[in-house]
Amino acid sequence: MELTMIYYLVPSLIMFSCGVYGFITRKNMIAMLISLELMLNAVDINFVVFNRYLFPGEMEGMFFTLFAIAIAAAETALAIAIIINVFRAAKNINAAELTKMKH
Amino acid sequence: MESVGSIIMYLVIALSIIIFSVLTVTTRKILRSATFLLFTLFATAALYFKLDYEFLGAVQIAVYAGGIVVLFVFSILLTSHPGNNSERLVSKRRVLGLAAAVLTLAVTAYALLYRCGQALVELPEMSNPTMKEIGKALMGTGEYQYLLPFEAVSVLLLACIIGGVVVARKR
Repeated sequence: MELTMIYYLVPSLIMFSCGVYGFITRKNMIAMLISLELMLNAVDINFVVFNRYLFPGEMEGMFFTLFAIAIAAAETALAIAIIINVFRAAKNINAAELTKMKH
Repeated sequence: MESVGSIIMYLVIALSIIIFSVLTVTTRKILRSATFLLFTLFATAALYFKLDYEFLGAVQIAVYAGGIVVLFVFSILLTSHPGNNSERLVSKRRVLGLAAAVLTLAVTAYALLYRCGQALVELPEMSNPTMKEIGKALMGTGEYQYLLPFEAVSVLLLACIIGGVVVARKR
């Protein structure tokens, strides 16, 4: 059995679909953020796999993943700061019930 | 031809990625969801190690498992009672989510299997990128070197620190 590119892309695809499903169905904002991390991670895997198989010896995909990880970390930290602030103001973090700023 | 050990390693990694990412979005307790996310990220790091990107695997473990998941657990414990079940999902949204996920899966799997047939190459030989090469590429200003994005990320992190403090501080 030869491990071709598709063997790595399929788990990443399933991971991305799980992220889509979780992002739509979850109510808790932190759970939505966790699903978002799953999607970002699946994309990172794709970058690395394409770099490894199609352009071995070059490092573009690797660096893209490196910067994507850094930006994901920054984004998560900021999102959690916002969520904690929302929790302090509204006493819950259910996305459907936060309608204070709507009207 | 891959060695048997390599295939077994691949199977373990792929199965744990699939199982743990499904569990992450289907489990009822949010703290468990964060734990399964941690396992998924570890499996991803193992995948990077298997594809010969040691530095990337180490960064994945350090930043994701060491930083982001800890942040998640911290904020979960701050905002909800541990062991609290997330409320039952509305059936309409579950159907919508399933439809979106299955549609994504179907379209992308079709594109992968039938359109990228010629891109399915076997694993080419590659020497692992050494720390010296990575450092030179990260700190240079020439072609295929990444000093500008590196500095941009440093400014982004500074803005993120300031933003986090400003947003989360008590007034």
